[in-house]
Amino acid sequence: MKNKLVVLGGGTAGTMVVNKLYKKLDKRDWSITVIDKDNNHLYQPGLLLLPFGVYTPEELVKDKDRFFPKGVEYRRTGVDQIVPEKNQIFLDDGQVVIYDQLVIATGTTPRPDQTPGMDDPAVWRKSIFDFYTFEGSVALKEALDNFAGGKLVVHISEMPIKCPVAPLEFAFLADAYFNEKKMREKVQITYVTPLEGAFTKPVCSRQLSYMLTDRHIALEPDFVIEHIDPETKVMVSMDEREIPFDLLVTVPVNMGADFIGRSGLGDDLNYVPVSKETFLSKKYDNIFALGDASDIPASKAGSVAHFAVDLFAENFMQHIHGRHMTHNFDGHANCFIESGNGKGLLIDFNYQVEPLSGMFPIPLVGPFPLLKESRLNHLGKLAFRWIYWNLLLKARWIPIPSLMSMKGKKQVEIKKGVEVDANH
Amino acid sequence: MPIIEIAGKPINVNEEGFLTVYDEWNEEIAKELAKQIEIPMTDEHWKIIKFLREDFKVQGETATSRRVQTVGGVPVKEQFALFPKKPAKKMAYIAGLPKPKGCV
Repeated sequence: MKNKLVVLGGGTAGTMVVNKLYKKLDKRDWSITVIDKDNNHLYQPGLLLLPFGVYTPEELVKDKDRFFPKGVEYRRTGVDQIVPEKNQIFLDDGQVVIYDQLVIATGTTPRPDQTPGMDDPAVWRKSIFDFYTFEGSVALKEALDNFAGGKLVVHISEMPIKCPVAPLEFAFLADAYFNEKKMREKVQITYVTPLEGAFTKPVCSRQLSYMLTDRHIALEPDFVIEHIDPETKVMVSMDEREIPFDLLVTVPVNMGADFIGRSGLGDDLNYVPVSKETFLSKKYDNIFALGDASDIPASKAGSVAHFAVDLFAENFMQHIHGRHMTHNFDGHANCFIESGNGKGLLIDFNYQVEPLSGMFPIPLVGPFPLLKESRLNHLGKLAFRWIYWNLLLKARWIPIPSLMSMKGKKQVEIKKGVEVDANH
Repeated sequence: MPIIEIAGKPINVNEEGFLTVYDEWNEEIAKELAKQIEIPMTDEHWKIIKFLREDFKVQGETATSRRVQTVGGVPVKEQFALFPKKPAKKMAYIAGLPKPKGCV
């Protein structure tokens, strides 16, 4: 009998896992099965740019199964429940699959139903839009094109969210978009966040706060949403602040898949608690969670999934041979941030070290400058789509290290005293 | 990272004054920190601070407002009443734990 590896979810993380492990595992001993009910692989970074006309919808979707190696079994169905004590997966099509090792990579999903009033049919995708889904992004393009002016509110419901800088990028891109249409003065843009500011890390906050003020984007921090009144189009916070909107671009509460909760494998948002170094479940030693589905305190982003999967593949081979896993993940993340007008920033950070300035990926040489607006960073973001489809998913070599490097980065000295005021 | 004196003891803090060493915290220090940000500590306040301390020990992360509600049993609205305007940040500050943060 062969051992069976089952991967739940054929998105960014799941596809990379399958490709990496297919190369490493001995086919005489192992079979690999991917389970995913939806065969559309979305290029998710494109969802931010689609509403501004950078991409057409067709450019962002390909079939998932064309990225799986030929020897991998693909089952197109959903998961009803996992019984981890028996290594069983009950599928939506009524069948049961038994695994020896399980990788959960079913990601995270926006859940407008978690905020009262948000998904009210009178407003949802009429004056309230999400852009982290294909349908939401396409609908938002039309809403932006037809927007005659008024209050545009860009909003984060609750952390963690997928791609945490995307809402900020959206605000920058909206500013540039309405400038270009020569109607910026008719649009008031407000950025609303449950965090204490748009930037919460000291170096970013000091170096990037100008980006909001220069663009006349108002900031409403510490706003924890309680409900939305669909009739008056007002957002109300837990401390009874009210923000009216004409067009609300929100990031709803993000949650892991419901079957994770049903299977007793999730935390209060259905994310799987795992070791943040090895991604092994804290409860079961044959279950891993990768990508957005886990509870690791790193950004829910493709770059994190990519670095994580590289190390995971090495660890997995040690694990199945009964050895100690030695390739510890450091939380490395790396993202291009669109700032509008054909420019972008690049940030590189991990669990311990906040984004710093310097050059990337080759210290002092670059070509990409870190934590600074540049045209090249924008072009880097556009070029990434090719890299994603052609190299990344198929686990081909990419010249970016999985663990973060401090070489050539400018350590910033914090001179400020320790006067503290949590009111500011 | 700076070291400052709180309640007569040298304490490691970060540039924003949040404690950086879990075991340097005690209730005397918490009272002092609460006083600095004008939070009058009642039993309700202590219930949350103690929950945060215990939860951090197990999870290695500061509990979110949602977690204080679902696991700690204090609704988010009440957290706002007890620690006005910035409950998550103020609770973490008094409990000597890292504040909630985004990636930039």
